[in-house]
Amino acid sequence: MSTEHITRSDVEHVAHLARLALTESEIQTLTGQLEGILEYAAQVSALDLADVPPTAHPLPLVNVFRADVPRPGVDREEVLAQAPSAENGRFRVPRILGEAP
Amino acid sequence: MAADSAAEIATAVRSGARSAREVTDGFLATIASGEEQIHAFNLVTAGAARARADEIDAMIADGRDPGPLAGVPIALKDNLCTRGVATTCSSRILSGWEPPYTATVVERVVAAGAVPVGKTNLDEFAMGSSTENSAFGPTRNPRDPSRVPGGSSGGSAAAVAAEFAPLALGSDTGGSIRQPAAFCGVVGVKPTYGAVSRSGLIAFASSLDQIGPFAASVTDAALLLDAIAGPDPLDSTSIRERWNPVAPVVDDGVDGLRVGVVTELLDGIDADVAARFHQAADVLRAAGAKVGDASVPAAIHGLAAYYLIAPAEASSNLARYDGVRYGLRADGVDVADMNAKTRDAGFGPEVKRRIMLGTYALSAGYYDAYYGQAQRVRTLVIRDFDTAYRDFDVLLTPTTPTTAFAFGDKTGDPLSMYLSDVCTIPTNLAGHPAMSVPFGTGADGLPVGVQILAPALGEQVMFRAARAVEQGAP
Repeated sequence: MSTEHITRSDVEHVAHLARLALTESEIQTLTGQLEGILEYAAQVSALDLADVPPTAHPLPLVNVFRADVPRPGVDREEVLAQAPSAENGRFRVPRILGEAP
Repeated sequence: MAADSAAEIATAVRSGARSAREVTDGFLATIASGEEQIHAFNLVTAGAARARADEIDAMIADGRDPGPLAGVPIALKDNLCTRGVATTCSSRILSGWEPPYTATVVERVVAAGAVPVGKTNLDEFAMGSSTENSAFGPTRNPRDPSRVPGGSSGGSAAAVAAEFAPLALGSDTGGSIRQPAAFCGVVGVKPTYGAVSRSGLIAFASSLDQIGPFAASVTDAALLLDAIAGPDPLDSTSIRERWNPVAPVVDDGVDGLRVGVVTELLDGIDADVAARFHQAADVLRAAGAKVGDASVPAAIHGLAAYYLIAPAEASSNLARYDGVRYGLRADGVDVADMNAKTRDAGFGPEVKRRIMLGTYALSAGYYDAYYGQAQRVRTLVIRDFDTAYRDFDVLLTPTTPTTAFAFGDKTGDPLSMYLSDVCTIPTNLAGHPAMSVPFGTGADGLPVGVQILAPALGEQVMFRAARAVEQGAP
């Protein structure tokens, strides 16, 4: 498989998915750099691995159970004290939905 | 005084021959005189260190044993959470953050009597091979301040090399302990995945990350590894079997041990580094090991697979930095705008590059060609190691293709920086242990590292081989 050509609009699309408000110069730099890195990484795309199963994790993972016993968690006030903005025991954020019509 | 080993310090403190306070003051004085040049630390916790040392001395006075690391100063990579003490990952996005809990490894070294002296510099979020990606400026290599210390755990490696502390903790996702250990001329160990709890290690790539020791000697590294390894209920990926300590077997020798030289990883190695490497193989042979050629064919594709898998996992792990719960927030008209502006303002260029790369590799239409294929290569790497370990007890490679490079050498070309990890990455993909041991110097007079690899939970045999290499080092 040949490497995809990375366009400016690809970078803008991925930046949106990644929630990164990139500057104009960052978009330009990344457009070239991502293409170069992906060109190198594409060597794995070229391998015939249809019969090889994927590995997501080095250990054979098994579910870990523990007794369902309440125990203290981290302190709420201590956690909220680290937030950029908090109010009434909760994290405070800018509005989530658009303004009501 | 500062050159005393961790083992000697702990013995002296436990016996009452030296006080933990006097030892700690000595290392703090070395930090005070050398840190301005080296910049190993993001934060030196001198007051807390003195207070902790006094507690150790009080325990001794009470007839209690502070533990196997009694009074030994230790430097902590600044991606290990320390409750109430700033933890930055060398990123602006975590500026001002003080974790509400402490990493298991830090709890364990403190419980063993160690004295934390500070948080060490790293490439932002452990992404890099030189510490040049730190938001707080690079660390300099104590062996030659015009060179990088390696990375991402460059601050921890430099702290041990500069004798700021006899021990340090780092993390290794693709070589971030072993590569800086090689560049700074110290011992660095990446344990088996799951052997050491990751609880409180700020995540980069969760299927690859592992915490491990830095020390000036193989024996000291064994002492620290034994203090941090073993199951932890706070990390569901920690191996639940009891840890088999390595310190008791370090000096058991290598007579009859089968050592395989990984031929695929000798291409592209600088001639002076390769010469030292072959000399190290001769040392093992002279000590009684049977040294032969081993083949791990898929290792040559490891780097490409890693630079898809690690960014993919990172793009997911770093989604949590959204300006809501901790660290930096940039103003935005709504929450999505605030998220995106916070992340652009808070992350440095390499972190953004990897988030973009990982997001691309996971995005619709590219997932199978990039991330899926990389996961299949990961299977091949594991299979090839399994085959090699039928014939060999440990494998041997150079740790890095070159000695420490100069500042700015590779910052303009991300791919050339990534290539410095070519020998260390296959281990992380397989989840196996590996360690770097200093072995003489290259043509430029800078340290060379030799890497010893072992199968999962093969740390005992790995440390025996490492000790033999160390004893024969020029």
